[in-house]
Order: sequence, then structure tokens, then C-alpha cells
Amino acid sequence: MEFLAPTTWQDALAAKAEYPDAVPVAGGTDVMVGINSGRLRPSALLDLGRVTDLTDWGLDGGYLRLGAAVPYRRIIEELKDKAPGLGMAARTVGSPQIRNRGTIGGNLGTGSPAGDCHPPLLVCDAVIELASVRGVRRIPVTEFFLGPKRTAVAPDELIAAVLVPPADGPQQFAKVGTRNAMVIAVCSFALALTPERGWVRAAIGSAGPVPTRAYTAEQFLTEALQQDGFASRSGRGDVALPESVVRRFGELVAAAASPIDDVRGTAAYRRHALSVLAQRTLRWAWESYRGRGDRCT
Amino acid sequence: MTTTRTHAATGTGRIGDSPIRPDGLLKVRGEFAYSSDLWTEGMLWGATLRSPHPRARLVRIDVTPALRLPGVHAALTHVDVPGAKCYGLEHPDQPVLAFDEVRYQGEPVALVAADDPETARRALAAIEVEYEPLPPVVDAEAALRPDSDLVHPGGNLVRHVRIRKGVHDTPDGVPELPEADVVVSGEYRVGMQDQGFLGPESGLAIPAADGGVDLYVATQWLHGDRRQVAASLGLPPEKVRLTLAGVGGAFGGREDLSMQIHACLLALRTGRPVKMVYSREESFFGHVHRHPAVMRYRHGARRDGQLLWVRAEIVLDGGAYASTSAAVIANATTLGIGPYRVPYVAVDGWAVYTNNPPCGAMRGFGAVQACFAYESQMDKLAAALGLDPVEIRVRNALRTGDTMPTGQVVEGPAPVAELLRRVQAAPPAPPTPTGDLRHLPGGVGNTTHGEGVVRGVGYGIGIKNVCFSEGFDDYATARVRLELIGGELTASVHTAAVEVGQGLVTVQEQIVRTELGVDRVTLRTADTSVGDAGSSSASRQTFMTGGAIKAACEQVRQQVLSRLSSAAAANPAAYRFVEGKVLAGTEVVADLAELVGDQPVEATAEFRHRPTQPLDPQTGQGDAHVQYAFAAHRATVDVDTELGLVKVVEIVTAQDVGRAINPQAVEGQIQGGTTQGLGLALLEEIQVSNGVVLNPSFTDYLIPTIADTPPMRLEILELGDPQAPYGLRGVGEPPTISSTPAIVAAVRAATGRELTRVPLRPEHIAGVTAAGEPSPGER
Ligand SMILES: Cc1cc2nc3c(=O)[nH]c(=O)nc-3n(C[C@H](O)[C@H](O)[C@H](O)COP(=O)(O)OP(=O)(O)OC[C@H]3O[C@@H](n4cnc5c(N)ncnc54)[C@H](O)[C@@H]3O)c2cc1C
Repeated sequence: MEFLAPTTWQDALAAKAEYPDAVPVAGGTDVMVGINSGRLRPSALLDLGRVTDLTDWGLDGGYLRLGAAVPYRRIIEELKDKAPGLGMAARTVGSPQIRNRGTIGGNLGTGSPAGDCHPPLLVCDAVIELASVRGVRRIPVTEFFLGPKRTAVAPDELIAAVLVPPADGPQQFAKVGTRNAMVIAVCSFALALTPERGWVRAAIGSAGPVPTRAYTAEQFLTEALQQDGFASRSGRGDVALPESVVRRFGELVAAAASPIDDVRGTAAYRRHALSVLAQRTLRWAWESYRGRGDRCT
Repeated sequence: MTTTRTHAATGTGRIGDSPIRPDGLLKVRGEFAYSSDLWTEGMLWGATLRSPHPRARLVRIDVTPALRLPGVHAALTHVDVPGAKCYGLEHPDQPVLAFDEVRYQGEPVALVAADDPETARRALAAIEVEYEPLPPVVDAEAALRPDSDLVHPGGNLVRHVRIRKGVHDTPDGVPELPEADVVVSGEYRVGMQDQGFLGPESGLAIPAADGGVDLYVATQWLHGDRRQVAASLGLPPEKVRLTLAGVGGAFGGREDLSMQIHACLLALRTGRPVKMVYSREESFFGHVHRHPAVMRYRHGARRDGQLLWVRAEIVLDGGAYASTSAAVIANATTLGIGPYRVPYVAVDGWAVYTNNPPCGAMRGFGAVQACFAYESQMDKLAAALGLDPVEIRVRNALRTGDTMPTGQVVEGPAPVAELLRRVQAAPPAPPTPTGDLRHLPGGVGNTTHGEGVVRGVGYGIGIKNVCFSEGFDDYATARVRLELIGGELTASVHTAAVEVGQGLVTVQEQIVRTELGVDRVTLRTADTSVGDAGSSSASRQTFMTGGAIKAACEQVRQQVLSRLSSAAAANPAAYRFVEGKVLAGTEVVADLAELVGDQPVEATAEFRHRPTQPLDPQTGQGDAHVQYAFAAHRATVDVDTELGLVKVVEIVTAQDVGRAINPQAVEGQIQGGTTQGLGLALLEEIQVSNGVVLNPSFTDYLIPTIADTPPMRLEILELGDPQAPYGLRGVGEPPTISSTPAIVAAVRAATGRELTRVPLRPEHIAGVTAAGEPSPGER
């Protein structure tokens, strides 16, 4: 097995072009598990650990730009205000050791339906920057996930960065696992709310072949907010969401999932739990929009 | 003595102190050598080819393609096993390597030895095996029906234990039970728990010049292994020498053989040292698990809550091979009604062969499954009578002098009522702290900020036998030597007793220091060059090897006293050995170092507990057990009743340990055991579908993390059992037994649901049916 250890991004892209079968390694928390278990026997490993630009974040136009190898710990410590949904998701990942090593790009690279970064990236309309010696392309995250562990990354490409529009309203992320820490999601849910702009984003993880937006639920809630004039009303502090709206939103989120029965839970439970999570996170987001958010972290 | 405390390592290292464990610093620094770290010059790597089918006819195996690969030194099948083709702890029914038929998924079929693990892996892939899959027998109850396919030619029943106390059966086999005011019944199920030890099965076999083999291995019982390994190698036992390598946890899962015979076969075939280490996934197939159980119980009681009779039927799924199933079902049945006084008892238990993974020893050994059922029944009875759950237990609590369902009279302290009263009297758990998700069900998953969260409290008490039962000749051997090394008095201890993490090494030193009054004690590595110590299981090793060391020390003292004078030797009880001096009363009569001089004193002792009896096959009567041990739990939980997620808030445990030889180790056992019971209540299950394991990894076999483990308040009683060394009572298993039902009772209290199967699953707690809607609670 070849071990490729480029020190610059250009060398990394050149190596990937030369060895399209090479498996990139960022934190290694998925790759090494695969190798240890015998499931993964790559002809070459492409270590990205020496490519320092990948571990930086900064501002890029209107976007927050996260290098692909930014680890969870830094997302939690440095970005939880700029990208609150992602920060909450990062907090639920693995253990301290995994949060030190594991990266956002690795989560995307694995492309698991249960990857915790994916729902928050979906609700903030993130853009994924892919690069190769052929050039750079940016695709909306909605076009990134093609199937279980299948992504839009071409064989000669690497994930360069994740571009996240800064949060302009409350965001939430919630993840059900049977254990209270260190657990793969049974199902997860992310919500972003910016009623001034009349839109709602909702996304589901670990309840279908790919992480997915709940478009019908989004549309219902957006319309409900606009019709009832919540968004336009000034002095926004005193308007509670009707229970019927919250409940319907939950139902529509559940309906948007396509879960299966597996070792982690039943399809019926996943739908039920998604409905509960959607309702709860909507109430929390709404409360914080009204300026009374309880902060429970 | 009662304690509620957390011990720091203290004292001078004598009995009752908590000295630092000799292996402690190495372990926390990551420097301890586990069996998987073994290495020697020129060694090969062994690997195992396993059946992908739970049941199949073995049509053909061809290892020649593997042998053609460079770097492959041997590839073996059943024809290469020179001695007994089958092994087993109780019944040798398990093939060393499969022949004719494979009976469970993961059964070893062939072995290879190669230069490195990767070559070994490729060699396994090159072996050609033709299977003819057969429909697996997967339902233990159906397996008992006459029309079932047979897992073994002799039938699917491993053992039926029948216990009748004060009860006769009608001619058609129905126990005749007296009229009761109230009858409650229930069916309870326990899933397949795994020991989940962290150090995978591993060892190193080195061929010896005499044609024998030296095996370094992580096990629970060196001599038990040796007997089976030698038989299959066709060697006399003395040519098979075992040395203990660092054990990374056991919990029963190392009582059966795993890679022992395999590594030796490969080493003897290649003439080279052979190391084997299972991967995590392979480990799930490499050892036995806790028996899944189906249990049907009926309890009849008087209106005042007094139990009149218990009728229980217990079916344990033993999987493909017998392992210790016969003893596990004996425990499940003889302890099957719990620590209660009941005049009329009819219990039947069956251990059954299926094509599921083999099951055998795991901490609690049959007592765990039964406790979940009988404690659930006690709560049901309390509810039916409108009584407090502790009150109904106390009214029926076993006391000294009562008889068990087997007719055995309970001797020594039996503080069942007191343990219950103590956990009940502990102050209530604090309210849920706000502002930190880690205190809420779902944890940092951010699933609730308090919505849907309901608190519940539940109780449980259990009973466990200590040491081996049913007439087994159970003994332990210890050699103790007292000598001057570099002018300093040194005692060395040699036993074959296995340290599995429980702290036996510390206890051994403490006993010697106390008995001989010397500070410097060294432990020789456990191996088979000294006599059998028996297994590190059944909560027995401090009792048994501790007893043997005590006896050896007494002999050493006797020899030392005979050097002092014949009068002293005739009256050893008059002398104490303290801090290097021999004392008569308070007077120093000799210096120990002078008495020892340049002539070391050495003694080897065998220790036996009091004999036990087999059970009468018709009535299950007999004094089968050595000692009973008890622990009680109170669990407080916060349940997210909508999502079915649980946060265990606090556990209070009370346990009588007779004598806490090492209080810190006792606390560790209680905390760890309680947590393992928590795992069974809420998380831990090997999911098996049609004989195939669905979750052989720590990604999906979930054991509690520290975030799932609550603060524990411990009440440790030291009531002293007159028939045990130092009055001690086995500690390791009892806390595992009743924490499961206590937690489930607390979740029931929070949800109002019946919850008859463990581990609980979120969908059961939230009452989500297949249609997706929560069913109403049953409160
Ligand atoms: C104990 C444990 C707990 C875990 N818990 C969670 C959890 O709670 N939630 C969760 O979502 N995940 C969890 N994971 C999975 C894993 O930690 C995450 O998916 C993590 O984000 C992977 O990041 P990494 O940098 O370690 O990826 P790596 O293992 O280095 O790579 C993962 C994949 O991405 C590819 N890749 C990496 N970087 C790039 C790049 N720049 N361009 C193209 N491809 C790339 C790799 O080739 C590989 O296919 C857990 C893993 C372990 C071992």
C-alpha cells in the first residue's frame, strides 16, 4: 500500500489525480476503523494531515469558509455562534478524542446517512467546494449526497472547504441515540429559522438513504408564518406559535423521512421521534427568536 | 460496619486497607502488557476461518490454495487435531475445528499461520469451503418440541432442572398449588448480553523442546484450559504449560476456550511461536454470551402480601454448544424465586441447544435472568395489593434459618430486609440540575430541555451463590515462601489464580502481609507450575485463593514457630506475627528475620470450601450451594416519556460483603457490577436474526459510557460469614443482578408501561407500535 503525504494543497490534488483510488485520510476516525476491521483495503492512502490550509477557517465573501479538515473541537469552541446548528451537531459527535481528530470534511467524505454535520449543513444552505487539478467547483450541499455513503466527489477530486452562510436566525439540532453519549444517530433533525425572510429550513438525518430536507414541512411552516403575519409583526415578543401549527409541522417532518427498521431502531420509532424533535426544536427556535430562548448547552 | 464513602488508596496494605494495586499505575498509564501485546522473535500470526452460516453441512474444505501463498506456513482443519476433536467445560461437545456440520455463525472451520496478520487474512480468503446451508434452529422453545430439527444428534435439551418444594404434580404433570388470595403472572424476556471486555482474545503459543508447548494467554482458569488443551493436542497435561498473560477483562467470557487450542496446534505444526489476536468483530464470535431467557412466572400470595407459592418456567437459549449451560440453568432455577421465603415452589428450567451463538458464563450466571423476572413479579404483586414495593419485599424477605426452594437452609447472616430498608432510607436523589444537557435523557443530543421528562424510582434485590456448586470438587492452591532477600524479609506467593481486573493481586498481598507480618510481598506470575486455583468466576477467588493463601501462611507460621520452640509449635494460636516480630500477647518473643535466617520457609496449601451436594433430579432438593450473597438497589431515573430515552439519575446500592478485605476494590466491584446491570437494562444486546448476529461491533453493541453512569451511593455491610475465610462473602456478581430490575421498575414508574423485556428499547418505553403512534400508558 502506498502512503502519500503531500504538504501542499497543489501536491495533494496532483497526487489524487495520479492515484484516483487513493483514499484520503483527514482525522482517520472513519478510515482507520475501516482498515482495522478489514473492510477497507485501499491501494494507497493520501494523508491530508500536512496540508495546513485545510485546517483553517475564515470569511470568504458572504460565507464562513471551513477548510475540510477543521475538527469538531474547533467548530464547537470557535464557531458555535457563527454556525450554531453545526456547533450543536459537532457537540454530539463521538467522544472528546473523536472530536479532536474527526473533521467536517471527513464526515462529508464518508457520506453516511447518519453523519451529524449533514442536517445542519442542509438547513443553512451550505456549499461544498470540490477541487481537482481540473479546477474548482462549488455545489449546493443538497446535491452532495447521492446514496448511502455515495457522494458527488469525483475520483480525482478532494473536498476543499465547506461554505456556510452566517446564521441570521435561530438554528437547532437534535439527535436521538439510545446512549447518552458516543452514539450514532438513530435519527436527527436540524432546523433554521429566519422568519423575516419568510423561510424555514428543516432537514432529517439517519432516517433514509441520504440526509434530506423536509420540503413540504418547510413550505407549510413558511406559509403558516406568513399567513398569520408572524413574520411581519413588529414587537415580535408576544406571539406564540399555535399548537396546531407545531403539531402539523412535526407530522410533515415525519412524513418526509423514509426510515427503515435496523439494529438502531424501528422505522416507526424514527418517524415518531422525528415528529417529537421537530416540534420541540421548533418551539425552542421560536422562543429564541422571540428573544426568550432558554440556553441549554 | 456500615460505610458510605469513597476510598482513596490507604493504609499499610493489610486486610481492611485499600493499598494501591500493583498493576494500577501501569494500567492507567497504558504501560500494562496485555495478552495482545505479547511478542517474541520469529513468531507467526495465526488466524481463524469462521463459518458465515448459522447452520450448514460442511461438504468440502480445501486449504491448498492458502498454502500456496508465500508467507503462509500452515493451514489446518479438523483432520489436523491429533487428540480429542471436541472440547467443553462441562460436556466436550464443541469441535476444535468444525467437521460434518457447522452449528453457529462464526464457528471456527480452519486455521492458518503466516508471517504477518495481513498474509494470514489473505490466506483465510484463499481457503475454499463448500457449505450446504440448512435451516437454523433459532427459537429455544420451539427447539424443545418433538418435531424440531436437532442441533445435536442427542436432542436439543442440555438440561432440565425441576424443583418442587412442598408441591406435587398431578398425573399429567401440573404442579398442584394451594389457593391464593391474589395471583399475578407475567412473561419476561432477557436479550443476549455480551461481556464486552476490552482486551480481545489473544495469546502466544511457543513449541517446546520436549514436544510440548508453552502457552501465554489471557484466561480465567489456567488449569481448566490446560485440561482441555492437552486433551485436544493429545499430550499429557505436564507437556502443556500455561502462563497467564495480561487480561483485559473477562466477566465469564474467558471461561471457555477461544484461541488456546488453535494457537498450540499451529505452533506444534510449524515449530514456531504463534500469536493470535482476535479483532473486535471476531471477539463477538469468539466467546460465549449471556443466555437469552424466556420466563413465565406466577406468584400466589395472601391478602397481607405474604407469598404462598411461586410457579416459574425458565427457558435459556444455550446456543450451539453446551458450555456451562447446565450450571447456568441450575442457578437460574435454584435461585429462581429470589431472596424470599416461600412455602410452595415449583420451578422448571430448561437449557436448550439452538443454532444461535453459544451462551455460557457471564457475571451473575443465570441469577441475572431470573432476578429480572421475580423482581418484576414482586412489583406487580405490590401493585395488585396496593402495597409499597419495598414493603412487600420486606414482608417476604429471606432470613437466617429459612429454607430455599432446594430445601437448603440459609446459614449465616441473610440481611435481605435490612438491605432493602437501607436503600429505601437513603435520601432521595437530587432534582435534575438545569442548564446542562448532560443531566437530561438524551444527553448532549439536545433532545429535550425538560419536555416529556418524568422521574421514576424503582427497587430490586437479588441473590447469588458464591463458589462452585452441586458437589463439584472446588479447591484452590497457594504456595507461600518466606525468606530473606538482600537482608530483607520477603514473602512470595505463587498461585494459578487469575487476575482479571477484579483486584485479586492486591488482595493476595494484603492477606500475606496480615498473616505473616511482613511488608515486602512479591507475587509470582500465575502459571500451571503450581496447583490448580480454580476459575476466577462465581465470585469465588478471594474466598478460595484467599483461603488457600491464608492456609499456606498458617503453615509457614507453624514452621517458623517450630524453629522457636516445640512449645510454640504446639500452641500457634498464642502467637502473632506483626511487623517482622513474633509476639506472644503483647510481648516480642523473637525477630522473624532471625528465625528465618538463611533457611527459607515454604508451604503449599490446598483450600476447599464446605462440600456441596448434587440436586435430586426429580425434586431439585439438595444443599447445592456454598454461600449466598445479597445486594439491593434503588434506582432513580428521568425518562423522556415521548422519546423513550432514559437518564439514570442515581443508584443506591446496599450489599453485605461479610468482610471488605479491600474496601476500595469492593466499591469498584459494586460500581462496575451495577453499571453492567444498567447496560442490560437499557442498552446491551447482541441482536440475532435467524442465527445471524447483526451488531458485532462497539458501534452498535452499546455499553454504558460515563455519561450514562450515575453517581452511586454505596452502603457496604460487613456482617461476617462464620464459614468463610475472614468472614468474607463473594462480591463481584451480586451488584450486577438487581440493578437491572431496579432500573426497569423505575422506568415503569415513570411511564406506567409494563416493559417485560430487557434491554428496554426507546420504542418500548415511548410505546411506539409498528403503526407509529404511541399507545397510551397503562398507568
Ligand atoms: C468512536 C467513534 C465515534 C463516532 N461518532 C460519530 C458521531 O457521533 N457522529 C458522526 O457523524 N460520526 C461519528 N463518527 C464517525 C467519524 O468520526 C466522522 O464521520 C468524522 O467526521 C470523520 O472525520 P475524519 O476526519 O476522521 O475522516 P477520515 O476517517 O479521515 O475520512 C473519512 C472519509 O472521508 C474521506 N475524506 C476525508 N477528507 C477528505 C477530503 N478533504 N476530500 C475528500 N475526501 C475526504 C476519506 O477518504 C474517508 O472516506 C465516529 C467515529 C468513531 C470512531
